[in-house]
Amino acid sequence: MKVSRLVAALASGLLFGIGLALSGMMDPQKVLGFLDLAGAWDPSLAFVLAGAVGVSALGYAIKGRLDRPAFAPRFAVPENRRPDGRLLSGAALFGIGWGLAGFCPGPALAGLVLGLPEVALFVAAMLTGMLLYRLLAERPARTVGAGL
Amino acid sequence: MTAFLAPLAGGVLIGASAVLLLLANGRIAGISGIVGGLLAPTARDWAWRVAFLAGLLAGPVLFHLLSGHWPQVRIGASWPMLVTAGLLVGFGTRLGSGCTSGHGVCGLGRLSPRSFAAVATFMATAIVTVFLVRHGVGR
Repeated sequence: MKVSRLVAALASGLLFGIGLALSGMMDPQKVLGFLDLAGAWDPSLAFVLAGAVGVSALGYAIKGRLDRPAFAPRFAVPENRRPDGRLLSGAALFGIGWGLAGFCPGPALAGLVLGLPEVALFVAAMLTGMLLYRLLAERPARTVGAGL
Repeated sequence: MTAFLAPLAGGVLIGASAVLLLLANGRIAGISGIVGGLLAPTARDWAWRVAFLAGLLAGPVLFHLLSGHWPQVRIGASWPMLVTAGLLVGFGTRLGSGCTSGHGVCGLGRLSPRSFAAVATFMATAIVTVFLVRHGVGR
């Protein structure tokens, strides 16, 4: 593992964490305010998504002109573009959990540094859910494709 | 309008994070995928994942040093609700190969039909869930 690759990953994580903090999306009440169409709707998350997707689209446009990333031999971007039952059922379950607490993985992990027991509890349950998936997916009788 | 400058600027930084990880390391900045990859018993590429997560956790600290205040985190859910939500988020994001970052920020950015389907699905179930919790029968 090259040091440049680790530094790039660290810098990317740092940008992500500062972005989350600045965006207000570490606050579950703000996220739920966006998802609550029948309440006092808070459009903030739409602006976060617009800014993030806009910049990321530029990055993927640049990627199309490159043979390989700067510090790795090849791009590890999923080739599969067809939605399937696994994808949709997983997304449906994730959405229910997201709506229950207002946490998705990034903000919950970044929120750990605030030292709130509720955040730690959510993250512990989330990691347990991921491990449960892995236990089920690793059973030899089933074949499940690699995630993102 | 200024109320939306911080969300927009925060979004731009998150997008920049995804672009950096893509063009430098060729990787998708999907949080659930980065964490999930660490839980594999045979994970060989754990170092960059740990580095990314260290940065993710350091981000709010740096934000605090620069701005003088901590980001707001208001939690309304009860402890049993948090556990249920966490299990669903963890299991669902692995089964569905991504979350708000991998499918939302990266997938929509690269115009992946899978990610459009995933985002539409998790937005829909999240909106219905919030409606039932906040405005459902008995409230």
